[in-house]
Amino acid sequence: MNVFHDAGHLFRLAAVFLAGLVLFLVLRGFLVPRSFGQYGHYRGAAIAEIADRPVHFAGHQACETCHGDVQEKKAAGRHAHVNCEACHGPLGQHADDPTSVQPPKLDTAVLCVRCHEQNAAKPKTFPQVASAEHSSGLACDTCHQPHSPAIAGAGAGK
Amino acid sequence: MNITRRHLLLLLPAAALAWEHVLAGTPEAAPNYQMSQHWWGMLIDIPKCIGCGNCVRACQAENDVPDGYFRTWVERYHVADWGLENPDVDSPDGGKHGFPPAREAGGKNFFVPKLCNHCADSPCTQVCPVGATFISPDGVVLIDKKYCLGCRYCVQACPYGCRFINPKTETAEKCTLCYHRITKGLTTACCENCPTGARQLADLKNPSDPIHEFLKTHTVQVLKPHMATYAKVYYNGLDGSVR
Repeated sequence: MNVFHDAGHLFRLAAVFLAGLVLFLVLRGFLVPRSFGQYGHYRGAAIAEIADRPVHFAGHQACETCHGDVQEKKAAGRHAHVNCEACHGPLGQHADDPTSVQPPKLDTAVLCVRCHEQNAAKPKTFPQVASAEHSSGLACDTCHQPHSPAIAGAGAGK
Repeated sequence: MNITRRHLLLLLPAAALAWEHVLAGTPEAAPNYQMSQHWWGMLIDIPKCIGCGNCVRACQAENDVPDGYFRTWVERYHVADWGLENPDVDSPDGGKHGFPPAREAGGKNFFVPKLCNHCADSPCTQVCPVGATFISPDGVVLIDKKYCLGCRYCVQACPYGCRFINPKTETAEKCTLCYHRITKGLTTACCENCPTGARQLADLKNPSDPIHEFLKTHTVQVLKPHMATYAKVYYNGLDGSVR
């Protein structure tokens, strides 16, 4: 007795399933990016895309290639470890094109108090002033040079 | 033009090769950077933080963070003499413009900068239904903006509140540890602009990184260790009241 006597409909059903499977595999091949699963359950190419964003802060190493004089002045004072762009702002464009992109002029009245205005939560050893009383309205750079802020001959030089 | 069967058979492999090239995507951005050689984290030295908000401003400038949203922010803690369990925390505009004088006198006051902890076993990456967020082979938790659906699952999964939905793109966003900078040999924007060195980028796979000496000689903690996320942002001098 032939078991496949009336099996035609089974083969037709199997063919439908097979066609569906092939369609699924083909679509999957097109829709899933090639780098998916390269490192894990995510698109590996995304890492390079994120790393490709432009840089806005050039970094103090870039500044020091040209402004060595300022670096020397800074190194002797209390601001030795304050990086350039912490006060001067993001200057990646200036580093890329030093002539046509000039950094803006800074206002010490705004800048210095960001760090040095008195606040109970600041570390006790950090030099702080109540700006309204400290300078009676004079700009900070009347007495202090920002790159080396100690006043010459003023003793402790806070 | 007349293409015979023979020509078509010759053309097919060439077309397949070209398609392979299209699918391969963009090449590695920094060819000298080896992901397997790094394992990134950060050190935050709380006794050095002055709450100036430079890190918050720098992060916004570097990463185009929309106003009112933060990839990093600074909190001010006020702990009354009797209230270690109930600290008074404020963070006006993420500390972007500094902090006003303390409301109450006395007690203990200090600043705590916060950012994504780049957990080695992060809940946020585990819940993503589409594989849009992941930890990279060099230990940075990143988001694939093209894959993110904006379902907000990861936002509620983060125990540290470090994620938000960008109102423009409607995708999840968070600190990338300035991945575009650290892969080029620069430090992060927040570390670059911290005037007191309270924040320091740390490469835990680099044996000459000062982080190793620091971890050996200081009492360092991570936030919410009971969550077992294996956070890689290490806090020196962290007070017990910090949440």
